[in-house]
Amino acid sequence: MQFREGQVRIPSGCAISGIMNRKGNLFSGNDIIKSIALMHDRSNGLGGGFAAYGIYPEYADFYAIHMFYESGACRETTETFLNEHFEIEIGGKIPTRKVASVTNAPIIWRYFVQPKPDRLLQSGLEVDEYVAQCVMRINSEYSGAFVVSSGKNMGAFKGVGYPEDMGEFYKLDTYKGYLWTAHGRFPTNTPGWWGGAHPFTLLDWSIVHNGEISSYDANRRYLEMFGYKCSLQTDTEAITYIFDLLLRKHNLPLDVVVTAMAAPFWSAIERMEPEKRELVKSIRTVFGPLLVNGPFSIILGSRKGFVALNDRIKLRALVAAEKGDYVYVASEESAIREVCPQPDKVWAVAGGEPVIAMLEGVDQL
Amino acid sequence: MNIDFRTPEYSIHRDGVRCTNCRICVHQCANEAHIWDEKQKKVLADDIKCVNCHRCVLTCPTRALSIGSYPLEFKPNAHWTPHYITSIFKQASSGAMLLAGMGTDKPYPVYWDHLLINASQVTNPSIDPLREPMELKTFLGRKPDSLKIENGKLTEKMPPQLELETPIMFAAMSFGAISLNAMTSLAIAAEKMGTFYNTGEGGLHSSLYKYGKNTIVQVASGRFGVHTDYLWAGSAIEIKIGQGAKPGIGGHLPGEKVGLDVSLTRMIPEGSDAISPAPHHDIYSIEDLRQLIYSLKEATDYSKPVAVKIAAVHNIAAIASGAARAGADIIVIDGFRGGTGAAPLRTRDNVGIPIELALAAVDSRLRSESIRHQVSLVVAGSIRCSSDVIKAIAIGADACYIGSAALMALGCHMCQKCYTGKCNWGIATQNPNLTKRLDPVAGAERAANLLKAWSHEIKEMLGGMGINALESLRGNRLMLRGIGLTEKELSILGVKHAGE
Repeated sequence: MQFREGQVRIPSGCAISGIMNRKGNLFSGNDIIKSIALMHDRSNGLGGGFAAYGIYPEYADFYAIHMFYESGACRETTETFLNEHFEIEIGGKIPTRKVASVTNAPIIWRYFVQPKPDRLLQSGLEVDEYVAQCVMRINSEYSGAFVVSSGKNMGAFKGVGYPEDMGEFYKLDTYKGYLWTAHGRFPTNTPGWWGGAHPFTLLDWSIVHNGEISSYDANRRYLEMFGYKCSLQTDTEAITYIFDLLLRKHNLPLDVVVTAMAAPFWSAIERMEPEKRELVKSIRTVFGPLLVNGPFSIILGSRKGFVALNDRIKLRALVAAEKGDYVYVASEESAIREVCPQPDKVWAVAGGEPVIAMLEGVDQL
Repeated sequence: MNIDFRTPEYSIHRDGVRCTNCRICVHQCANEAHIWDEKQKKVLADDIKCVNCHRCVLTCPTRALSIGSYPLEFKPNAHWTPHYITSIFKQASSGAMLLAGMGTDKPYPVYWDHLLINASQVTNPSIDPLREPMELKTFLGRKPDSLKIENGKLTEKMPPQLELETPIMFAAMSFGAISLNAMTSLAIAAEKMGTFYNTGEGGLHSSLYKYGKNTIVQVASGRFGVHTDYLWAGSAIEIKIGQGAKPGIGGHLPGEKVGLDVSLTRMIPEGSDAISPAPHHDIYSIEDLRQLIYSLKEATDYSKPVAVKIAAVHNIAAIASGAARAGADIIVIDGFRGGTGAAPLRTRDNVGIPIELALAAVDSRLRSESIRHQVSLVVAGSIRCSSDVIKAIAIGADACYIGSAALMALGCHMCQKCYTGKCNWGIATQNPNLTKRLDPVAGAERAANLLKAWSHEIKEMLGGMGINALESLRGNRLMLRGIGLTEKELSILGVKHAGE
């Protein structure tokens, strides 16, 4: 019997990579595919995926809902829900290519939508929260349907297979974005479920993640008090919700969020200036349950840029580089040099110290 | 002939070859179990007075003494065990309630022993506490949902917090129930280890005010020793509603233990029984609790967290939720195996529920109501070792109180006769000849050593789980598995069975 994410917790190791152009110039998915393909041996063919930002300029103001359906019937029931809650501007199949190694693909659709004004008003929610709650409802209540991504001018493309095969399958060479992240997965089980692949997303947030966090249940149980449903039981899902809670709901600055998730040690805090010490101490006191413990390296993508972060004692590899307007991060330096042989600067990212890359003119993620 | 039905529980063995008749045992035994026979010029024993506290065994210079069970058997009967038969003898003779000291010794399930801890293998690395930092720092107090930060500065002050270097505190034990030397030992140890001890309901002796920043002062139904300076003296205030060893009834300090010092500290006449009422007479419902919590906060300018201690009883989850909403910053749950200086035996052995189940139920309830983070949870009553602490924290506790274990560090041998005032170890007594046996400096060293040792063990197991800060274990029930538990027990504890 095969278990899926959500029925069982499946630890996995991985490869991650991310490329961004700070000026917002668009480039095709070729580089990110090449970069993640180089780290082929860090995944085992049981999951690969990409997040791309800037790919839907013609529908930039619409929420782009990417969906997996297991059957035509569950597509119909889910579409009824979507029709009730959203004005659908346009919807249809996401174009794919036949790739020999990619089998058992679900029905893959996307819709460009806006919340129905009367429904939104009735809910009393802020518009992003309305969309987020609809996404969580589909994922937890509509069996056989899974929201792959739900942000604006962005999308996630993922499935069961090696990431380079997924890139080909989804024709990512034909898309152009200013920020791409990628993930190759090495799960310790054989779930074979497309929804379980990475990136995991919510609204504009996308996460690719390498690691197995030991704080999972402490994080999850805290998040659930704030209305999140961790239905996939994955670390990536929990990490995405932590960012969403702190950045979007609590509206905290990114450095505070990073301090909460990869907190400095008390011995370092004691050496800080009194004002800073007080602040960091309060962050650890209040957000202790959101400290992400155990090994991880992650890239959080958003419309405005990305942040890459290692756990506080750097138990996972993460390398960053810069060349002109381009910023690169990857599990291995070779994956950067594969697409940028002569970077201006390359460095190993220190534990708990974020690499922040933002679009020009943006100061907060 | 009038027969006293009492028979000895223990038998004192004296090795005739080794015994030199030095009479140290005679002087050491406050129960007068060892007697000097002037005529025979030798030490004899009266087994019936022996409480098996090992004081004589450990002070005998020639190791001539040992204690065993008294070799007396009733006809075997699965229902009428010797305990019930002898209890009836005692009560038929006295017409009184049976008294007991320390926690229940009945073989109820110990859930700690049915929980197993996780460790990392391959997919994530374990962390070595000898080579990497390992953090146990713990904050107790109300936590807001979020922080308000502008330009890198907090714009709203944090509610007051207790800062603990290790998640273990010394439980409430009053001056009166235990000796001043015992209290001083715990106060010094708490200061040394960066944690807290608790005054219990007996007020704060004038010599202990200097340990105020490591003190939690208690306000119980008798209000013994409660005044403004007392409230201000500690770092937190604890309202004691109930106690795990005797839920539903108040404390009882016999007049024999109320000497001059105890009388001054408690603000009661010398020699008078200090009997605290079963309920607080100003708390007959949850809204009254709120008034007391806020009276105490007002009295101390909202500068100290206020804890509410409740005994683990059947409806504990709802009660704890009510206490949180009434404004408690810390909720202390005391399980039914918790110790006491004196309790009616039937109450001690039959009232309340195990702390493991109570904790799991409370933590789950507070989470389902989205208020768990607003209040800290401290558990007491039966914590025996570092792995019990780990398991409690993984179920959902913020910290633990230890009472019995702390006293054992000072020399208590669990003879369960605290209520007699004849504690040979100088702990549960006010007799100056006995209390002087406990040197507070040596006692503090031992109590601090216990915390040090447990903290090392906690770090070792945390690192094994791939965790380097205690907050990542808190409520992390995936780190536990049950063994030999029913579906119902697993569901209440919120853990999977081993192998799942």
